[in-house]
Amino acid sequence: MKKEFKIISQLIENNTRVLDVGCGDGTLMKHLKENKNIDTRGLEISKNNVQTCIGKGLAVIEGNAEKDLQQFPNLSFDYVVLSQTLQAFYSPEKVIDDLLKVANKAIVTIPNFGYWKVRIHLLFKGTMPITKNLPDEWYNTPNLHMCTIKDFFNFCSKKNIKLYKSIALHEQKTSTINKINLNFKNLFSELGIFLIEK
Amino acid sequence: MITKENIKKIIVKKPLTLDCGKIINNYPIAYETYGTLNEKKDNAILAFHALTGDQFVSGTNPITNKSGWWSYAVGPGKAIDTKKFFVICANVIGGCMGSYGPDSIDPTTNKTLGTNFPVITINDMVNAQYNLLEFFKIDQLFCITGGSMGGMQVLQFVANYPDKAKTAIPIACTASHSAQNIALNELGRQAIMADQNWNKGNYFNTNLSPDKGLAIARMAAHITYLSKKGLQEKFGRKLQERDDLKFSFDADFQIESYLRHQGSVFVDRFDANSYLYITRAMDYFDLIKQYNGNLSEAFKTSKTKFFIISFTSDWLYPTSENKEIVIALNSAGADVGFIEITSDKGHDSFLLDVPDFLKSIKKFLEANY
Repeated sequence: MKKEFKIISQLIENNTRVLDVGCGDGTLMKHLKENKNIDTRGLEISKNNVQTCIGKGLAVIEGNAEKDLQQFPNLSFDYVVLSQTLQAFYSPEKVIDDLLKVANKAIVTIPNFGYWKVRIHLLFKGTMPITKNLPDEWYNTPNLHMCTIKDFFNFCSKKNIKLYKSIALHEQKTSTINKINLNFKNLFSELGIFLIEK
Repeated sequence: MITKENIKKIIVKKPLTLDCGKIINNYPIAYETYGTLNEKKDNAILAFHALTGDQFVSGTNPITNKSGWWSYAVGPGKAIDTKKFFVICANVIGGCMGSYGPDSIDPTTNKTLGTNFPVITINDMVNAQYNLLEFFKIDQLFCITGGSMGGMQVLQFVANYPDKAKTAIPIACTASHSAQNIALNELGRQAIMADQNWNKGNYFNTNLSPDKGLAIARMAAHITYLSKKGLQEKFGRKLQERDDLKFSFDADFQIESYLRHQGSVFVDRFDANSYLYITRAMDYFDLIKQYNGNLSEAFKTSKTKFFIISFTSDWLYPTSENKEIVIALNSAGADVGFIEITSDKGHDSFLLDVPDFLKSIKKFLEANY
């Protein structure tokens, strides 16, 4: 299991209810279910992935977070997880809003567009950055709203969303992001992991 | 040889109060089984058939000599593997394959019941079939499944018996028959009743039967089971055994010939009165209303694990209606999975060789057994 999922898993308390939005092949869900006694549900857009999840005995619904989050009753989960997909929505703002309706807490991870390699790529090559976390060309990327760790940090304070934990991930190493080191972390982290609450 | 007279059936002694108020007892439920019930009795799957189905799910139907209605899905090594699971299917009450229906004989008059048969509902069908669990001494079914009207029975079963199924797979169905569904069924019923041979349902004593009406009902219904794209790809404007239009009302087009054939083979195996009763039961089906407008209440106390399946080209029971069930289950906090299978084969997809669909069922069953 990738480091990102290990960190997410550590942020979630045992014996809780979790909705994994964009659960992929269900790796995280299965881990949470088997190791932390968590009652998991998944929402996934790819039929192939849904089938894989069903084959693992996971309760996964085919659907699109932008349309189908509303079907879950308010606060029906303790946590909702959104891993590296926020940037792919038409309206990330609304999705965050919906996430915090269905669960008390949301764990959102974002590929950091402020990472130095991304900046260097754009600055010197003059073309849209392609990195490990952003592997697609500009013309076929699903990403519509790229943002940086700093952007998300600012977004939360502007929207009065409480940032419980902000974690930077770089080459398997984690560190805490705070107001003081924000500019530094924004430059040297590939991924931001945020535990938020309305 | 198996005939309609000696097919397997249980006679239910326990009285059943129907939704119409009438009480029935000593009525037959005809059934068939596939595979073997294991010692723990935890491998039983109850399959519910659709409008024109019967208990002969797999293999060769001994009455019609055609393949069982779900042969693609049920059998040794198939999605519902009868080497592993014990599959039970019963003919619904109101049907015409040995269960209590309008072609049953009224012992007080020695005549067929015809329209003296009571109007039944999906709820009545499910309650009648529940007796099979007692017959086989099965405490909890591993799975209940069915498509179309079979799916409606799955939903009703969980609502009525929340702890009697470990898993449930309702396929291509709805929780509430729509105005369009009712309209299409009414078209079929009117075709039957407009046939003079129908004789207000008393045709068994006349040696005439409303074959034309029933065939038209089937033709109309058959169109609703297919998709526009599927029809276009299979038939297009192809002509039937001729090089040019004949400027007549013969079956010039292949699609006409196909529908006529579907109509004519159907009347050989199905009873017109059964068609009236079963379509009526479907029209009366409204699980949302049964639970005062809140479908999630129907599943509130159940621990059954659901897997809902719909098809992209199904316009009779479209994905949106299947999703309503998913939403209700989510509201009830139930364990539910959902997938919309891509298929051009319309509502009929659940009966056909649609690999993605069959694979999904297989995976779900294997993961949960």
